[in-house]
Amino acid sequence: MMRYGLWVATWLFILVVLVAPPAMVLSEALKDGLGAALATLSDPDGQSAIWLTLRVTVVSVAINTLFGVLAAWLLACFRFRGRQALLVLLELPLSISPVVSGLVWLLLFGAQGWFGPLLERWNIHIAFAVPGIILATLFVTLPYVVRTLLPVMELQGRHAEEAAVLAGANFWQVLWHVTLPGVRGALLSGVLLTTARSLGEFGAVSVVSGHIPGETETMPLHIENLYNGYQSVAAFTMAALLGVMAMGAVLLRSAPEWIARLREKKA
Amino acid sequence: MSIEVSALERFAPGRGKALLRKVSLDVPDSAFVALVGPSGAGKTTLLRAIAGLDPYQAGTVSLDGQVMEDVSARAGQVGFVFQNYALFPHMTAARNIAFGLDVLPAARRPTRARINERVRELLELMQIPDLGGAYPARLSGGQRQRVALARALATGPRVLLLDEPFGALDPIVRRSIRSWLRELHDRLGLTTILVTHDQEEALDVADRIVVMQDGQIVQDASPVDLDSSPATEFVMEFLGEAVSFPGIVGAGRMVLDDPLVLPFSVPDSVADGPAVAMIRPYEIQLVPAQPGQNAPLRAVPRGARNGYRHYVLNCAGHDGIPFFLPQDGADHALEGAALDISRARLFRNGLACL
Amino acid sequence: MKQFFLALLRSNRALPGYRLSLITTLLWAGLLIVLPLSTLLVRPWQDGVSAMLTALRDGRMFAALWTSFSCAATAAACNLPFGLMLAWALVRGHLPGRHVANALIDLPLALPTAVSGITLATLYSPHGWLGEPLSRLGIFVSYNRLGIVVALMFVGLPFMVRAIEPVLRDLPHELEEAAQLLGARPWQVFTRVIVAPLLPALVTGFGLAFARGIGEYGSVIFIAGNQPFRSEIAPLLIVVRLQEFDYAGATAIALVLLVASLLVLLLVGMMRKRLALWSEPA
Repeated sequence: MMRYGLWVATWLFILVVLVAPPAMVLSEALKDGLGAALATLSDPDGQSAIWLTLRVTVVSVAINTLFGVLAAWLLACFRFRGRQALLVLLELPLSISPVVSGLVWLLLFGAQGWFGPLLERWNIHIAFAVPGIILATLFVTLPYVVRTLLPVMELQGRHAEEAAVLAGANFWQVLWHVTLPGVRGALLSGVLLTTARSLGEFGAVSVVSGHIPGETETMPLHIENLYNGYQSVAAFTMAALLGVMAMGAVLLRSAPEWIARLREKKA
Repeated sequence: MSIEVSALERFAPGRGKALLRKVSLDVPDSAFVALVGPSGAGKTTLLRAIAGLDPYQAGTVSLDGQVMEDVSARAGQVGFVFQNYALFPHMTAARNIAFGLDVLPAARRPTRARINERVRELLELMQIPDLGGAYPARLSGGQRQRVALARALATGPRVLLLDEPFGALDPIVRRSIRSWLRELHDRLGLTTILVTHDQEEALDVADRIVVMQDGQIVQDASPVDLDSSPATEFVMEFLGEAVSFPGIVGAGRMVLDDPLVLPFSVPDSVADGPAVAMIRPYEIQLVPAQPGQNAPLRAVPRGARNGYRHYVLNCAGHDGIPFFLPQDGADHALEGAALDISRARLFRNGLACL
Repeated sequence: MKQFFLALLRSNRALPGYRLSLITTLLWAGLLIVLPLSTLLVRPWQDGVSAMLTALRDGRMFAALWTSFSCAATAAACNLPFGLMLAWALVRGHLPGRHVANALIDLPLALPTAVSGITLATLYSPHGWLGEPLSRLGIFVSYNRLGIVVALMFVGLPFMVRAIEPVLRDLPHELEEAAQLLGARPWQVFTRVIVAPLLPALVTGFGLAFARGIGEYGSVIFIAGNQPFRSEIAPLLIVVRLQEFDYAGATAIALVLLVASLLVLLLVGMMRKRLALWSEPA
């Protein structure tokens, strides 16, 4: 009896607290029908926001994955002084307010920042421009790949790597043929988390972007702009698109599991 | 306190596979009973049903003639030691032991000083007087085992149920804790049921052995009776290494299919017809060859154990037959013309012939 | 110092790639984390100590910090029972459809904060799906502190569940049975045998949700109403100060937020260690 009560309470809670928000995004977006919703996406500012978000995401994911893999290798395979401090440092962005994560780049490259005036003289714009957006996104998404790779790599131990080295493989060969294939799942998971966070980052990007429609407005910023301008259908349509992209990335993490389960069923 | 289990039935949730098939068992006061059998036989299921931890679909469990409904009815009367000990990880050994007293309603709860005194007694009884302040994570397997036992005994139960309590211990600790447990049982006058998959352990410590197979009790007997007259082929094999020889009973004699094995006489009560003779390797006798006769059986050494030298008998047309000889200094013949298995037990369709 | 770096670079290790990965990692972390964060430590003093002190004496800043801290603490505390319930239902409750439920728990983490922000604001507005029935009960969620708490509960929930879940999964089921056989009544089983060993996990979940809550921006600002001294959160005040080109003021708040969240994490780590003393093997 108590168990049924718990089931009902749990599902009620999940429906009201967790399912209601995404359901409402769809309902608000489709308020005037699918056609009206899709029409709002053809707005040129909206389209440039989509492209900017995709560009920023690709660059951040590529950079943070490459360096994240190297850092995970360093932390998993070697013990050295300061390793613990490095671990803390690499986790730091997770516990920093997104707004602060944006602010620090303004303090470096803004008009009053340390390097801002210097770069201004050479006509290089970072703050309130696309490079600033990328830097802010890199900062907030930096920990994800290392964080998901490291525990799995430590769990697997170093025996396979040591065997490969004894067989004469060099660093890149070990990394590419031995280590990475063994941690495929975790790597995919880390990359997808980085992707989801890059797509949706709002606070940090908001501070450094300058909010120039059609130029430095990413999807989340464009959503804010539309929402504050009472363009509810357009805002929620864009929100639905962004939500589907980000949640798709997060859900895709379990794709290898599904595929394995499907194969098992067939076999 | 006596335990009566009658016609207990339990089905697996969902698929409905029978886990216990009308199991009945009477355990008199202060008996020490061992439940043995292969994994999946239903030993633990029966023990958990007696403790009231799992629901059963039919039958009853009574303690001292009183039918028990659920766990709360047995609380404090039944001490249970889990396979993994299930010690509360966030409590010291002393608080673990005191738990059953700590949770009593205020009216029935002894004073703090009395509880501490009881814990001290139990730690003493368990021969771990200094470990009261230690957390389970810091204890060795044998120490955890003793704490779990002390916790089960703290409320003064008259029944002690043990689920594979020695499984995680190394062999030396295992043996010492086994005999110590038997002493404890005798001293406290408990009624004890022990589940184990190790038949030697059961034969060593219990007054009565209950062999289970497929959710049923196959035999319930003293260690001596079990050894001399196993009820089924399964029990015979489960209790130790056994060799089978098929043959035919006729005119009061068992004639084996294998010409190298000598026929032997059987009691008149055994009906004529095909049967299987099963014998322990140390009961087999090698019959020496007469002068001039050749000796086709040859014993090849294969290690030693418990004062017996182990051999394998080889000859054409046979798998190696295990054959044990006592290491008593006597010169045993290692070659022979035939096998004498007159001490074998006879089985027909898996059941003992009487 | 020099010797430390030389020792750090020395490579007599079995596996290759030590120097390469060390240098790239230090570069990556140095340029993307250490350099930007160092501005927070240095910048406040650039305009002189008195300017910094003036910035720190700002009443609006204290109000905003108080709003952020109190709302984050309230939200994390409210999430404790719900997190426990969800984790329990997933691990022990045999919840029907628990694979789906398990995926849904991460939804607040996956949903971009701007999307959660406008959605929660609409959902709890007096005309929204949940706001309307609540307003009839006299509960007004949006545009005040309650809205901030609701938004922070939404984003903090996964932290709580994911902190409790693995520990609960590792607790042997037999503990409850042992307690029952020893005569514990249901609430005694719950408090003494389930909640007590989960305490370190609950503290961790609270700390993570709280730390996330004091810095949260996107999911809060749309629902909060943002009235100075009442429902203005600290991260928003940083943005306001930046729009006023008051970099010193913005940096002062940022520094306080950073130090606070690090202190919270440190404190959580210490408390957790104290509470989980029992789990350490000899």
